[in-house]
Amino acid sequence: MISLWFSIIVVVILILIPTIGSSSAALQSLFGIVIPYAAIITFLAGFVYRVLNWAKSPVPFRITTTCGQQKSLPWIKNSKLEAPHNAWGVVRRMALEIFFFRSLFRNTKVELRDGPRLVYGSSKWLWAAGLAFHYSFLVIFIRHFKYFVEPIPGWVSLVQSLDAFFQIGLPVIFLTDAVILASVGYLFFRRLCDDKIRYISHAADYFPLLLILSIATTGILMRYFFKVDIVNVKQLGTGLLSFNPHLPQGIGPLFYVHLFLVCTLIAYFPFSKLMHLGGVFLSPTRNLANNNRMKRHQNVWNFPVKMHTYDEYEEEFHKVMKAADIPLDKE
Amino acid sequence: MAEFKLKPEELGRINYQPPRKGWMDPHVDIRKGTYCYGAVPETLRYLDLPFPKKWQPNDADWQLPPNWKEIIFEGMRQRLNKFRSFKIFMDVCVRCGACADKCHYFIGSGDPKNMPVLRAELLRSVYRRDFTLAGKLMGKMIGARELNEEVLREWFYYFYQCTECRRCSVFCPYGIDTAEITMMGRELLNLLGLSIEWICTPLSNCFRTGNHLGIQPHGFKDSIEFAVDELAELTGIQVNVPINEKGHDILFVTPSADYFGSPHYFTLLGYFSLFHEIGLNYTMSSYASDGGNFGLFHSHEMMKRLNSKIYLEAERLGVKWILGGECGHMWRVLHQYMDTMNGPADFLQVPKSPMTGTVFENAASTKMVHITEFTADLIKHNKLKLDPSRNNHWRATFHDSCNPARAMGLIEEPRYVIRNVMNHFYEMPENTIKEQTFCCGSGSGLGTDENMEMRLRGGLPRANAVKHMKETKDVNLLLCICAIDKATLPPLLEYWVPGVEVAGVHELVGNALVMKGEKVRDTDLRGQPLQGKE
Ligand code: SF4
Ligand code: SF4
Repeated sequence: MISLWFSIIVVVILILIPTIGSSSAALQSLFGIVIPYAAIITFLAGFVYRVLNWAKSPVPFRITTTCGQQKSLPWIKNSKLEAPHNAWGVVRRMALEIFFFRSLFRNTKVELRDGPRLVYGSSKWLWAAGLAFHYSFLVIFIRHFKYFVEPIPGWVSLVQSLDAFFQIGLPVIFLTDAVILASVGYLFFRRLCDDKIRYISHAADYFPLLLILSIATTGILMRYFFKVDIVNVKQLGTGLLSFNPHLPQGIGPLFYVHLFLVCTLIAYFPFSKLMHLGGVFLSPTRNLANNNRMKRHQNVWNFPVKMHTYDEYEEEFHKVMKAADIPLDKE
Repeated sequence: MAEFKLKPEELGRINYQPPRKGWMDPHVDIRKGTYCYGAVPETLRYLDLPFPKKWQPNDADWQLPPNWKEIIFEGMRQRLNKFRSFKIFMDVCVRCGACADKCHYFIGSGDPKNMPVLRAELLRSVYRRDFTLAGKLMGKMIGARELNEEVLREWFYYFYQCTECRRCSVFCPYGIDTAEITMMGRELLNLLGLSIEWICTPLSNCFRTGNHLGIQPHGFKDSIEFAVDELAELTGIQVNVPINEKGHDILFVTPSADYFGSPHYFTLLGYFSLFHEIGLNYTMSSYASDGGNFGLFHSHEMMKRLNSKIYLEAERLGVKWILGGECGHMWRVLHQYMDTMNGPADFLQVPKSPMTGTVFENAASTKMVHITEFTADLIKHNKLKLDPSRNNHWRATFHDSCNPARAMGLIEEPRYVIRNVMNHFYEMPENTIKEQTFCCGSGSGLGTDENMEMRLRGGLPRANAVKHMKETKDVNLLLCICAIDKATLPPLLEYWVPGVEVAGVHELVGNALVMKGEKVRDTDLRGQPLQGKE
């Protein structure tokens, strides 16, 4: 539980820093300009470094995890998505994994009844919440483009209007705002309430959830309750993106809190488990075809090992082999 | 399965509630019945492996060299640089817990460190502290720990409570394969001479004699001849099994248990009947007298050392291609490692069935075909005369062995064969078969008697599904295509579901196969009376 409290304290401190700091006009440029740039640079450099570092290690063996029928005899139906035998199959398998969390969809829950008797139930909540969270995050990310570019691209507006499809509330409520709160909330409480998951959780697991929850909450507060001057925010955003930063006056502290938390998330990203975003593409059990016996896989560091050759073997067992009438190379 | 005291009801009372105290402070109780004996020094010496010593895992003093931590760190560094899998799997786990209740050892023991994610964290925590910036800065808060002797003991205990079955990897959203982490963990332990007898003794045997049982060439020939005689008695047909003969088309390689273990032996009789009936031009080899490869459970290097003999022998004997018998881990090595490690097998030809003309394109590079692929093709082309009613005394279900299912995708071939050689076949529940199959609980070198409690616990999910079949379909036979299964499922079932036997698929092929010139068959290959002939 210490790790939970630790995460909460860190997030509270992260909220307090800009709350206090941004009230001073001098520091506003720090929070509005310097930190965002620093965060982006950290993110890009860190992300690239991590991916290159992974890529530097070779893939010595093709260790695909097959989750379906291999391609063998022509009359046996090959499971092209679960045990792909070529690159196109792998691409589709990966797409299923990345866009629909295929493996998580398989999730089951085991229960032990008297007897003993084991029962396996389907358990899709983790999948549903995970998917809901990632997609709402993506949509919110896209919606935010409007703060950085003018004119707003058509597809960004489209995404936004779809998100506001139900047209309830004023300002109109975005679906994703509700979904992200609910899904991240679920993921957080699941971590707390499921004993097994709590047992395996570190601060590094609570912290990102709390951080994202705080980001979403401050964003929602700004949109629906404590209005922030959008025109000013947009000025800041477009300025940042065009490398011509300029700090408008009169953006409230709530905005700086939101921005600072986002910067923290961005800078924290490459050093954390959030790098699963990059890692999922490189996972050798998923991104390799199950064509091991069809095509030879090269190991760049393949090296000679000490073998026991047939000649050595025959020499050692020559007598008994001869007596048993086993054919010999050397009579 | 000698003196195992606990009753199934007692062993089946499992507490899944993790302790209140976290796991970061290393602690492990190396308890009798749940670990395997340490490797004997002679075997390590024979194989030129480091730090041979007389040693048991529950010793207080593990006789570690003074610089043991450096050795481990250097070993980790090398492996991180050589295996992208290792690096990625160390970095991307989000501790979502999807894998947690997928491991048969967790299900059977309730020990939280048997959740795949935590098994991996035992190693990952050390990786974090010594190989990542965040871990260096934040330490315990983000799950980084210092390596010490107790951590090393945890590694040993829990990396030898993983059968490298890869079930967890099916469910992980990033495909994290805890088996791969276990393999790395075991390699690191090897650097300090910490391995188990049940792995290292077979290894040194196999390196020397060509098979894990240490059977010398004349003994090998004897047991084959014995099987040939027995088959003549059962069927009235004298088959011929060439050994080490040059000039044949095919090299047949099978796990050594097939000619020494029971019920493996009946499967061997099945192969011989089949090969005779179709007139297969093949030879076996005493030098490559084991397709099984305990190197997989030890290190990539040992795997390569043992596996090398198969291609070497195929080349020496001048065959065209290789046919492989029923075995699980053997086929992981053959399918995923052999060609890369010891290929290319340019001296062989793309396998082609001499009976049906089928070219096995799926083995175009490795040139090795699985026996169920071969037999399924024969049956499909009507090359066999089969009388499934000769298996009417069996009501069977099929256990997918971990490696054929999750490392090859060999799922329908054995089923096709089974459906054609018997009349009463029933599938177990879907969460327990195919890619979701449960391990026998004794794979990866853990099938020793001293480890019986853990084996019975780990085998519970498998046995439980069989029990369900016994209760609902009156099943009395569990079929499989794995030598370790054939050795370890019988005691497992005897404990959890008495009354269910174990057999290889080709035993039933042998039963059903109507051979030209055979005598009136009133027993199966086990010598048991056929239905209606009692
Ligand atoms: S399923 Fe994968 S990501 Fe989730 S806890 Fe297990 S190993 Fe980690
Ligand atoms: S590979 Fe199998 S035994 Fe090992 S952790 Fe995964 S599920 Fe458990």
